Amino acid sequence: MDFVQILFLGLAALAVVAAFNMILQRNPIYSAIGLIVVLCSLAALFLLLYAQFIAAVQIIVYAGAIMVLFVFVIMLLNVREEESKTDRLKYLKWLAAPLFLALLGEVFVVIRYVNDAPAPIPSTNTLTDPSQSLGTVESIANGMFTTYVLPFEAVSVLILMAIVGSMLLARREKKEDIDRMEQALMVEQDELQEAHQSVEKSKEEVAA
Amino acid sequence: MSSLFESIDYHYILESLIKILIVFVIGLLSPVSMNWIERRTLAFMQNRLGPNRVGPFGLFQSIADGIKFLFKEDIIPLAVNKWLYIFAPVVAVIPAFMVGIVYPIGPEVYLPFIGPTTLYVTNFNIGLLYVLAMTSLGVYGMVLGGWASNSKYSLLGGLRSSAQMISYELALSLSLIAVVIHAGTLDLVKIVEGQAGWGGFKWNILALFPAGIIAFMIYLISAIAETNRIPFDLPEAETELVAGFHTEYSSSLKFAMFFMAEYVNMLTVSILATVLFLGGWNGPFVGQYPLLGPLYFFLKVFFFMFLYIWLRGTLPRFRYDQLMNFGWKFLLPAALFNILLSAVIGIFVY
Repeated sequence: MDFVQILFLGLAALAVVAAFNMILQRNPIYSAIGLIVVLCSLAALFLLLYAQFIAAVQIIVYAGAIMVLFVFVIMLLNVREEESKTDRLKYLKWLAAPLFLALLGEVFVVIRYVNDAPAPIPSTNTLTDPSQSLGTVESIANGMFTTYVLPFEAVSVLILMAIVGSMLLARREKKEDIDRMEQALMVEQDELQEAHQSVEKSKEEVAA
Repeated sequence: MSSLFESIDYHYILESLIKILIVFVIGLLSPVSMNWIERRTLAFMQNRLGPNRVGPFGLFQSIADGIKFLFKEDIIPLAVNKWLYIFAPVVAVIPAFMVGIVYPIGPEVYLPFIGPTTLYVTNFNIGLLYVLAMTSLGVYGMVLGGWASNSKYSLLGGLRSSAQMISYELALSLSLIAVVIHAGTLDLVKIVEGQAGWGGFKWNILALFPAGIIAFMIYLISAIAETNRIPFDLPEAETELVAGFHTEYSSSLKFAMFFMAEYVNMLTVSILATVLFLGGWNGPFVGQYPLLGPLYFFLKVFFFMFLYIWLRGTLPRFRYDQLMNFGWKFLLPAALFNILLSAVIGIFVY
């Protein structure tokens, strides 16, 4: 057991503890902090596995942007501590155990294959060409824009669709539209009043 | 267990620890010194004297303030969320200092008694991304501090800081891409080394002519917004929010931590501006006398730190909607356009 392995185990334990903390906390802010700790320790684990680029992106994108947005929304809505509610989706309880077993099986399979994988190249500073080294920005970019360019573009189109969709859903009515609707309403009211008056008039005529 | 101790390179660790200590001291000294310079300069800009009683020219004023922070009664208001209230300043200050290990202060120099040594703690493949990651974590200190204080002014300050940081981080990161396209690496030391030449003036701001200047301006504006300084100091706007996210922190050591984090973040963005756009340690005659490198480096960094004070003495504060409109509708499209421009230049010129 060397130093790196001890670090790895410590960080992995931290990630698991923080994940439990995230689930078990009642206060949404504490849950969010738990998730941030999970993401940061995952980033450190990626670093130990020579995936430097993914580690940095993990912190920048997840811990630095998405979680800030989460915390922002929690604070903006001032979400109270969750009251103990009755579970609405009771059947989910029965799904938990099989899903957990499936996850365990997946982890088992992954660990078996990772053990067979070639040992990573230890240091990037000693290499002259960083694109030959594992996990550097250069090697990831090489893979992403040559071998895997089609999946990469497909994913970016998918994300673009999601963005456009969310903008469509959150779109506010344009001011002209609102004005037109108001005018239409006013016209309707005028017509209603006129109709009302004519009815009154006819009533009076009938009475006369 | 024997292999555990054999796998450690003690010489390397000792060297790194000494360098980390030096960088840490630089980080600690920057708030102390900059605070004095800021107060004196602002005073002269506003036609008054500023602190001039403690020591010669009031030089020890900041140290006296620091001692006051240490010895003042530590008040924890009754209604605050106690743990987060204590935790928040720590969260603000730790990522700020963690960036220090990639400050590229100087080239490899020959020091008496020590021999050849590099004037930076370490350089790695993702140096620039590491800086961005750490600075993006700093916002949690303000947000959590604002929330935990359980006061409306603090909460508004925290909300504003998170919205502002997310908005301007985008433009800031995108503006760096022009430099990265040219340098072909994210390693800060290699980016600086790539700017050697032209008698020490092959700085990116000049060498990448149109794209470099645009990127530099976008970076500078969003960096000031990222560090919450005037004219972008809405999270602590005193005319609207008392003191923003640190309203409830009186003037204890916890406030001092927020204060230190702010100044170390200013130092970091100044260093990043120097490294990416103004050639880092490069300047005339650095090739012959490498020890000139750190001198040039600190002069350039000081220029940016002074710029902060200069702006503070000159500009009024943005209104909140102006801030958001400027970030999203002007800086972000300009940064995107600049990426396109520098990519086109990168293909046809270099």
